[in-house]
This record gives sequence, C-alpha cells and structure tokens, in this order.
Amino acid sequence: MKKQALSDRRKFILNMARGVGLATMGGFIWSAYVDEVTASSLMLRPPGALAENDFLKTCIKCGLCVEACPYDTLMLAKPGDNKPLGTPFFVPRDIPCYMCPDIPCVPVCPTGALDESSVTTDGVLDINVADMGLAVVDEESCIAFWGIQCDACYRACPILGEAITIEYQKNERTGKHAFMKPIVHSDACTGCGMCERACVTEKPAIFILPRENAMGRAGDYYIKGWDKEDEKRLENAKEIKTVTEISKDSAINSLNGSLEDLY
Amino acid sequence: MKKLWNSYRYLFMRRFTQIGLLVLYFGANAWGWTVLQGNLSSSLIFGIVPMSDPYAALQMLAAGAVLATDLLIGVGVVTAFYFLIGGRAFCSWVCPINMVTDFAAFVRELIGMNKLTGVKQPASRNLRYWILALSLVISAIMGVTAFEFISPISMVHRGIVFGMGFGWAAVVIIFLFDLFVLKNGWCGHVCPLGGFYSQLSKFSLIRVTHLEENCTLCMKCKVVCPENQVLYMIGKESLPVLSGECTNCARCIEVCDDDALEFSIRSMAQNKKTGE
Repeated sequence: MKKQALSDRRKFILNMARGVGLATMGGFIWSAYVDEVTASSLMLRPPGALAENDFLKTCIKCGLCVEACPYDTLMLAKPGDNKPLGTPFFVPRDIPCYMCPDIPCVPVCPTGALDESSVTTDGVLDINVADMGLAVVDEESCIAFWGIQCDACYRACPILGEAITIEYQKNERTGKHAFMKPIVHSDACTGCGMCERACVTEKPAIFILPRENAMGRAGDYYIKGWDKEDEKRLENAKEIKTVTEISKDSAINSLNGSLEDLY
Repeated sequence: MKKLWNSYRYLFMRRFTQIGLLVLYFGANAWGWTVLQGNLSSSLIFGIVPMSDPYAALQMLAAGAVLATDLLIGVGVVTAFYFLIGGRAFCSWVCPINMVTDFAAFVRELIGMNKLTGVKQPASRNLRYWILALSLVISAIMGVTAFEFISPISMVHRGIVFGMGFGWAAVVIIFLFDLFVLKNGWCGHVCPLGGFYSQLSKFSLIRVTHLEENCTLCMKCKVVCPENQVLYMIGKESLPVLSGECTNCARCIEVCDDDALEFSIRSMAQNKKTGE
C-alpha cells in the first residue's frame, strides 16, 4: 500500500475522534475518583448544613464557617483525611460544637450550603433546632449501664433533661443500688457532641453519628394505631401485591382445594 | 540595579501580590484579620464585599445547586473585574500555583530540558477547553462540583490557609509534570480554570501591545512567555495581544531590551494601529 498524506477531512475526523475518546477516558477516571471521595458519609457537618447530597454540590469550600467558629471546632477536609476534599466537618471528641446562640458559622456561608432558615425559629436564630447528628450510647461500654454511677454526658449536655435524660432502674445484682442510665432523645438532640467530649471511657461510649446513619426508618406499613397523628401516615402507604400460585384462588377455595391432595 | 529592577519589576510585583494575598488569607484564619477572609473559592473583603470563583459557581449550576444571592454578587464582582480589566491576571498575579509552574519553567530552561524534548509539544493547548467542558458534564452527571474536588489550586491555597495535609504532593506533581512531561503543562495546557478565564477575558481592557518598529527579533519574549502562541505577531506587525490566553504576566515586557512591548488599554492600542 502506498503511503499517502492524510486528507484534511480525515485529519479532522481523526482529531475529533481522539478528542472524544480521550475525554471519555478521562471522564470515567475523573468520575470514579469523585465518586470514591464523596462516598464517605460518616462526617459531622456544621449546624444548618443541607442534606449531604445537596451539601456536596452547594458548598464552595471557602472556609468562612471555619474562620467564623470561635472554638476552632470546624476544619476543612485536607488531602489525606479521606473525606470529601475541602468541605467543613468537626470531630466532637477533639472539639465539640459549643452551640453559640448567634451561630456565627451559618450566616457567613455565601452559598447557602449552611441554611440559615433551618436553624431559625420565629425569625430568630435558634441553635437548639440544629441537626448535626445524633448521640448514640453503646450500652456495653457505658459504665452507667454497668451500675457505676456516672452522669458526665448528662451534665455536659447543653439541653440536659431534654436531649439526655437519666432513667433510674433497680440494680438487681446488688439489690440496694440503682442504675442511672443515660437515654438520648432523638427529637431534642442536636448532635453537638459535648457528651462525646465529656464521656469518661477510653473510647467514648456515647458518640455522635450523622442522623442518617444513627436512625432506622419504620416505613409506612407500621403505624401507631393509638396515635391519631401517626395514623395519617397510612395515607402514604402503597399496596404491595404479591402474586403466587396460591393467590390465584380466593383464600377459602385455596384452603379447601388443597384438601383433595390428602385423599 | 536599575537594570535589575527594569528586568524584573513586574515579576517582583506579581510575587508581591501573590504572597501578599496569601498572607492576608492566612492572617484571617490564624489571627482573625478581616481584610480578606475565606480563600480563592469564595472570600469577603473587610467582611463586606463578597468575591466568588465564577468557575466554581458554574460547576455548582451544572451540578444542580441553588445559587444563593451572596454567591451571585461575589461571582459578579470577580467576573466584572477579569472580564473588563484584568484578563487572565488571576493566573499570573493571584494563583499560588503560578509560582510553582514559573519555577518549573525556569528550571526547565536552566537545565536544558527544552533542548531534550525539542520544540514540538506532545499536547494541544486546547486540552484545557476539553477539560473545562468535561468538568461541567461530570458535575451535571455526578451532582458535585467536579473540578473543585481535584483542583490543586484550591487544594494548595486551602492548604496554606487552613492546613496542608498531603496537599504538598499536588505541588510536587505539578512541578514534576511541568519540568519533565510538558513545558508550561499545567497552566498552559491542562488547567480548566485558566481555560475559563481565557474565555472570559477575551474583551478585557489591559493588553500587551507590540511595537514592530522597535523589535530587533531577539525572541527573548517568546522564550519567556508561558503562552507564546499569543505572541504570533512579534517582528511581523504592530498589534495588541488580543488572545484571552495571555495572562498579563508582563514577562515579555520586562525581558524586552528594545521597548517593543508595553501595556496599553485595548481601545487605545487599536487606535494606534489605525493611526487615529
């Protein structure tokens, strides 16, 4: 075959093909990396943060919240932290959120990734409605559950009596003492982490998890029948119909019909 | 001494602004200064005037985020500045990576790397526009700001202000890439933020202008220029450098011993050409 110079048209087509090919290749590598780094979900965000998916697309990673925080609670994820790069988070065992009443970290956010309206009640900033996470107690390692008297987390809680209460229970082992068990109430807990900071055990027996990770969901099929409010959720419930061999017949026919096999 | 100043005056001023801005940002986090808070992605001047990276905002838009008013004002401030005045001045006067790539280019020339690799560059300068487009596509598909998760610029700048982690590795990678793989590789070929500002600054006012009658064809300007395709007119025609890819770094002006290059305002430069 004779060696021929490439025609302009062929050159153009080849160049376009190469561009598209390389872009596809790079695109997949890039996407895979982004998917990997955004997968870490065990991060505690500043108060007022949007849901994690929206937060990741809205946060511009400027660190103004970090600079506004008077306690150096907030940090930006660094390369090597294995967290979505540059996004703000805090580690309550090191420095918890001290729940400033004026929430300086939220109004400075230029993008609304920290949403002022989510920490506002009746037009006034209200840190008590913040939802950074939820405290979880490990009953195995909490010494209060062993029967040793400790209420460090309860005392540390900024909304004590609401977010954490102490439940008294007779200690059958000794017969004359009481368990004083800390109970976290998910409707009041803001996830500030002061309990985790205060916990006396080597590795904290009470710790903050993102609410999404800490809680289950009953779904619409299980209703508190004695609660009028809860019963309303039935309206959302959709029917799931399973069709099998047996369900072709009505229930009674199906039960009677199978008797034939006995004889 | 006068000669020294004359040959490095803009370089000195650029390093002064680049490092000065870093110090201001650093001071804001470390000592609570309020002159310039935040980082290059988004910041506040004196706690009042917002500035935001328009390319980051574009990725947010592609990702489907709701853009807040503060952000839009900040984007407006930055966009107006570079669109009207500065051109790609961000790249050569603000961006901290510029110091790394300039140093790589300097070492490359010093050790004769350019002679080893030859004049022919194995990559097109249009690569950055492909990456720019790709970043928006990935942002849209993945629902995150794609470049912001890999950007060595924000990584390093954030690192200096808020703590480095392994961010220094990004500096090393870019330095080695520019030194051994591709001349002016990062800033001149790959960086989509530079590509974005190239597109934005097509009409900006401050431009370098060539005076052909003074030119002695020494070509020092073309050697030192990180985007030397924009200097196609050297020794041929008295024209302003109109390409948005020019970073207004002014190295060409300093190295020219014959006053054949100077800064001018766009319209005045054009008038000179038509003789008005």
